Amino acid sequence: MRRAVVITGVGAITPLGVGADTLIDRWTAGASGIEDGLGRCAQFDPAQTLTRKQMHRSDRFTQLALAAAAEAIAGAGWADELPYPPERIGCIVGTGIGGVETCMSQQTILDERGADACSPLGIPMMMPNAASGAIAMRYGIAGPNWSVASACAAGAHAIGTAARLVQIGEADAIVTGGAEAAIAPLTIAAFARMLATSRTGVSRPFDARRDGFVLGEGAGVLVLEEAESARARGAEPLGQLLGYAATADAYHLTAPDPTGGGPARAIALALEEARVGAADVDYVNAHGTATLLNDRVETAAIKRVFGDAAAQLPVSSLKSAIGHLLGASGAVEAVATVLALRRRIAPPTLNWAAAEEGLDLDYVPVSAKPLRAAAHARRAVGISNSFGFGGHNAVLCIAA
Amino acid sequence: MSSPETTPQSIEESLFDAIAEIGPDRADITREATLEDLDLDSLDLVEIAQLVQERWGIDLDPQDFEGVRTAGDALDVISARVLAL
Repeated sequence: MRRAVVITGVGAITPLGVGADTLIDRWTAGASGIEDGLGRCAQFDPAQTLTRKQMHRSDRFTQLALAAAAEAIAGAGWADELPYPPERIGCIVGTGIGGVETCMSQQTILDERGADACSPLGIPMMMPNAASGAIAMRYGIAGPNWSVASACAAGAHAIGTAARLVQIGEADAIVTGGAEAAIAPLTIAAFARMLATSRTGVSRPFDARRDGFVLGEGAGVLVLEEAESARARGAEPLGQLLGYAATADAYHLTAPDPTGGGPARAIALALEEARVGAADVDYVNAHGTATLLNDRVETAAIKRVFGDAAAQLPVSSLKSAIGHLLGASGAVEAVATVLALRRRIAPPTLNWAAAEEGLDLDYVPVSAKPLRAAAHARRAVGISNSFGFGGHNAVLCIAA
Repeated sequence: MSSPETTPQSIEESLFDAIAEIGPDRADITREATLEDLDLDSLDLVEIAQLVQERWGIDLDPQDFEGVRTAGDALDVISARVLAL
């Protein structure tokens, strides 16, 4: 039998500010972190949590991950002492691209000044696994450690992978999440050439006027622990990770399968593992990128799984408030989902006003609304969807 | 040949300021401080060699730092090369 997994700490650095509570407070209030068509973490100051040497040796995506991890670890009550042997604690952090700013700046140095001028730190800063390695070094956690790369599903895949390791007993706890800092001229240009990003700079998931995603940056980190071990040490879990599933569309390099079959299968499998019926789900944290294809396919997938219950189900997109954090998005959205469920509230999809035919779910336009669970003395259950270029689908089922 | 302003003191100032840019507090960087005290590893030594190259045009090899234990030892290696210019 698989062991149960609880969430004991969360941390987030996002365009809405520093901290997981800041994220959920501001999103619930309908605030936007998008400025000039980009979701930058303008409030983030790496010097608040990192030494000068750590900053010198890390790309921004690693710095964001370290700061989010510091919050999650403090929240779990681990700041002074690790609760388990270091070998029993792992770290799995996803990223879509990794240290792209470092890669580009080193290319410029190579072009302008030659090979001898390239930094010996170039590779260790740009490698996608830099964040999980840096977190392990900082806290001395010596269990399973690697990065997950699955484009915009990487954060969710990382959390799901971490949960599996705890479930099967390879670790008693994992620090997990996702980080991305890819607001760089090359990525901006490349996404724009794909016609994936918004020309208006407004993120309008599920709205008839949407014109693509808004590029963002940030990090989300969760501390997962085996439920019995957490209970034995007196931890107060924020929530439970009930289920996870990953599927592939096997359809197209970037476009989702229009039937929504891949995402629907991931949702259904996550609910099956969670032993949660479709009617018992209170909230869907959508992938909700604000691209035409995603919004249609995700809506179709939700309808396939939830059937008649879909009409009553609140479905909202954090990307409306912070943009698309690529490999960090699934992790930041998991953090937001845990906190939304704890507060028994569905935060809103900002900027939604114009319905499109066929897109007729309750997207929680503009204003937050209470979850059904609020009216009953029971746990609240939600799912968080993440999909990535390459046809990756990852779904987490969370209760709080 | 080194410029008239290049003195052992000016090389020390310049080198220790450069080392401070890659991590250690400037106040901790003294002749006696060991590389371990300053948390400087082989990657840092490559960066220091690059800074020396930029500043004084001297190419240092990793083996030039062999046996170097303190910031003062590193300074001596570099000073000898700079003053010999």
